[in-house]
Amino acid sequence: MSAYLGLWHYHACIVLMMVGLFAVISRQHLVKKILGLTITQVSVIMFFVAMGKVRDGTAPILATMEAEAVATAARDVDYSNPIPHVLMLTAIVVGVATNALGLSFVVRIKASYGSAEEDEILAADHETSKRESAAL
Amino acid sequence: MDVPVEAFLFLLLLVTAVQVARLRDLYAASMMTAIFSLLSAGLFVLMDAVDVAFTEAAVGAGVATVLSLGALSLTGSREAKKRGQIFPFVVVTLTGAALIYGTLDMPHYGDANAVIHRHLAPDFIRGSAELEIPNVVTTVLASYRGYDTFGESFVVFTAVLGVILMLGTGKGAKP
Repeated sequence: MSAYLGLWHYHACIVLMMVGLFAVISRQHLVKKILGLTITQVSVIMFFVAMGKVRDGTAPILATMEAEAVATAARDVDYSNPIPHVLMLTAIVVGVATNALGLSFVVRIKASYGSAEEDEILAADHETSKRESAAL
Repeated sequence: MDVPVEAFLFLLLLVTAVQVARLRDLYAASMMTAIFSLLSAGLFVLMDAVDVAFTEAAVGAGVATVLSLGALSLTGSREAKKRGQIFPFVVVTLTGAALIYGTLDMPHYGDANAVIHRHLAPDFIRGSAELEIPNVVTTVLASYRGYDTFGESFVVFTAVLGVILMLGTGKGAKP
């Protein structure tokens, strides 16, 4: 059990991820689904950033610019891994962009169906297809 | 050590996330999402990711909240009564168990000998000194992975185009 205790950060991120996923699949209102998606997304980002952490390390901002000093400092001072940080910066911005797109879809759906609840939208679709097949 | 602070922040995050899933007043839920983003920014600082932290605080807690509040003002803020939740709970539990099983052979949190810290990252740190940019994240973002950043801006452009096509610019005839 103690062999797995060092992984608790990852497990905490996964628990948060699952709470967000639960909101996505169990709630009916579309804006609520998108909020759940935001929770999931932040948790995934946190999972990646947690992998980049080095124990007793510092933020990856160089204290000195001298090439030799940096070469030795890279052995003495531990910088946390900058690569997950870069990738997750991209993910945050793209996430907000897709969020905006999703919310604009919800606004259009509300305008044409008069509801943003998933079950009512599906019922309205069902009605329409029944009416169309009766007309044929 | 940071462990008590991290554990406390994770606990607060769990409480806010559960509130987001539970609350039926959607204005309150989106404010809870903003609090979630802000708390996670605090956690990012503890994980040494300062750039991620302030991007999350500005974009995640700021812009995303404005967007969801704007959408709520157009769609109504009450969620209808919810139905049975056994099936989603089972799905979520199984997925979480599978993901946790997947982490069991990962290197431990903060392990300096993990494979991802041994390759590429030291090169980027040394290269950052050669390019005379103190912030390694900036170096990787703008120099080594400039095409990624270009692709990112293209994705954002496409998303903005989609939003404009979806909602219209407010001019012209309404359908």
